[in-house]
Amino acid sequence: MAKLKVVHYINQFFAQIGGEEKADYPAEIRVGEVVGPGAALTQQFGDDAEIVATIVCGDSYFNENLEKAKADILAMVKEQAPDVFVAGPAFNAGRYGVACGTIAAAVQEELGIPAVTGMYVENPGADMFKTHVYIVSTKNNAAGMRDAVKKLAPLAVKVGKGEAIGSSAEEGYIPNGVRVNFFEKERGSLRAVKMLLKKLADKPFETEFPMPDFDRVEPNPAVKDIAHAKIALVTSGGIVPKGNPDHIESSSASHYGEYDIAGVMDLTEATYETAHGGYDPVYANEDSDRVLPVDVLREMEKEGKIGELHHLFYTTVGNGTAVASSKAFAAEFSAKLKADGVDAVILTST
Amino acid sequence: MRLEMGHIYIKDIQFAAESKIEDGILYVSEEAVKAVALEDEKIKSVSFDIAKPGESVRITPVKDVIEPRVKVEGRGGIFPGVIAKVDTVGEGKTYALKGMAVVTAGKIVGFQEGIIDMTGPGADYTPFSQTLNLVMVCEPVDGIKQHDYEKAVRFAGFRVAVYLGELARNLTPDETKVYETCTIKEGMEKYPNLPRVAYVQMLQSQGLLHDTYVYGVDAKKIVPTIMSPTEIMDGAIVSGNCVSACDKNPTYVHLNNPVVHDMFEQHGKTFNFVCHIITNENVYLADKQRSSDWTAKLCKMLDLDGVIVSQEGFGNPDTDLIMNCKKIEAEGVKTVIITDEYAGRDGKSQSLADSDPAADAVVTGGNANQVIILPKLDKVIGTLDYVTKIAGASEETLREDGSLEVELQVLTGATNETGFNKLSAR
Repeated sequence: MAKLKVVHYINQFFAQIGGEEKADYPAEIRVGEVVGPGAALTQQFGDDAEIVATIVCGDSYFNENLEKAKADILAMVKEQAPDVFVAGPAFNAGRYGVACGTIAAAVQEELGIPAVTGMYVENPGADMFKTHVYIVSTKNNAAGMRDAVKKLAPLAVKVGKGEAIGSSAEEGYIPNGVRVNFFEKERGSLRAVKMLLKKLADKPFETEFPMPDFDRVEPNPAVKDIAHAKIALVTSGGIVPKGNPDHIESSSASHYGEYDIAGVMDLTEATYETAHGGYDPVYANEDSDRVLPVDVLREMEKEGKIGELHHLFYTTVGNGTAVASSKAFAAEFSAKLKADGVDAVILTST
Repeated sequence: MRLEMGHIYIKDIQFAAESKIEDGILYVSEEAVKAVALEDEKIKSVSFDIAKPGESVRITPVKDVIEPRVKVEGRGGIFPGVIAKVDTVGEGKTYALKGMAVVTAGKIVGFQEGIIDMTGPGADYTPFSQTLNLVMVCEPVDGIKQHDYEKAVRFAGFRVAVYLGELARNLTPDETKVYETCTIKEGMEKYPNLPRVAYVQMLQSQGLLHDTYVYGVDAKKIVPTIMSPTEIMDGAIVSGNCVSACDKNPTYVHLNNPVVHDMFEQHGKTFNFVCHIITNENVYLADKQRSSDWTAKLCKMLDLDGVIVSQEGFGNPDTDLIMNCKKIEAEGVKTVIITDEYAGRDGKSQSLADSDPAADAVVTGGNANQVIILPKLDKVIGTLDYVTKIAGASEETLREDGSLEVELQVLTGATNETGFNKLSAR
């Protein structure tokens, strides 16, 4: 198989043009040349890939002339039509890291050419671009070049070939918010014991799942005039018309249902059921009002305790359903509820 | 407490006229095991089959997996309060049939049963592709409700496992392991310089077929308590639940709880394994508060330095997990938690339903929403009738070529939260 064609991006420092005083060096391409860290990359690529051109650009020039520099570099890359684009590694050099992230993301998104870069986890470029491109985690200075290239080169080859990319732990990139499964060498219980031993000894340990910032929703203030309010029912308990006409999944639901209950006074065993796979369905199937209290609300409607019950209800299965999906469902039907003049919603779970 | 575990390695299972174990081969009289299963009038019929590692066999809908054991010396019997009469277990001598399992199957709820593939990509994820499985498919009498059917099948599985375990009573184990824990005072005197640690096990107790039993007691109705870590080896805790297949603990996992076993490896060396604390995962807030308060209180009363907390199930129990972790850490007890993730099919969603900065040491069993294609296999034990309905499947699950597109959720034990497997995620 032919070697993958690589275009490599580096700054003025790694091109040995100069330090800060030469940071205004404009972008240039050196076709057929391997420059600076390109040598180490070439060695690591072996027979899999070769650098066909190196682009050099000063860090100040890039960041101060962002749009022009980006456009110029994209044009240079496009002309070479490489299989993969590699930027850096930038270690802890802040502006270089931002430049590597910016240009790697642009090459990938605008030219459709896969790109990778590398930098220290605290480089500001890492946080800015880790969800856009694979950023190999490096040490904080160029003494870590060998180690960086060992991870960067194989990852570049993999993305260049379009192969499946493993987890961050296996491939060495900075976690990008996408959880990827893989098999560890030891079972989980043993990993837990070892983690506990480190924690007990006040030694550094690495959690397998860093806790995310949590999205907490404050409850709305109480409804002032409930006797005239239009109330809607929404449930994650999976209540659907008998037969589950929209095939809402028993777990990990991909959609929600909207059903008309105009004139329905009571949910019965013959007319409604649950699609939810997370609990014993017997009681919900016998009487779906237990989960979606239509009967009680009809009575309250009659007694004037509430204004009216909205004629549509929204339902999905909460069981194992991704939070991102739930948010998307709710964003959509909340807009419908508002448009229909609904004042308040009773959301039942199970 | 001191328990001697004798391991008898089973190399093959065969149907035969007479049940016995000879040279590592388990001979099973179909007639005899059928009679044991049918002792319950709620079971109309039962069929037995054997599935071996590597065979092109899919078992579904799987309910429970059980390792046969027999109590040879000491108090009580296997599955106290369930099969054997109530008596404190965990000391003396117990034999286990290793390398095999009894697998119960049948439709039951039709939503939360699992799949065990004996070969192919699915076999990499379910630990029960590695055991010789005696599968019992139970049909209920007509008109029975799911929970009555579940109970009947649960008990039938235990009876058959105990029947098979009895066959080993007079054998000589291939290997013997000794597990011994100290009383509180003994431990302090014997290991004055070692950190004191315990295992906090959260038992699935959300109810409505999400249940676990401790000495026959529904775990919903317990307050957190302490056990000797050897008690589970005699079946003190059994599964009775139909939560998603990937992360419920089948009875096999309770008997072989890997946290207990891996903590025993360190006992007396790097730490003092003080005890096993059990708590529940009830759905009412007051229950959650009481149980997590009590768990933290027990950790403090026992002067613990560290604990490992394992979860069972997901979603609602994530809140119990985080409450336990937060409160135990607040007592100054260092905590590691084991969970699994529901990060969406694309891995981009929030993995847990709750979180807290105190949970800084997490072991994960992987993302249960990951999609996997299970190729068509030659033989199905049970039925594929529910395969588009079980948790982790969808209407699109059954593909034209007979393969299944499913989430890991459907595979029994795939993302187990006692750390039974090597699967993880980053």
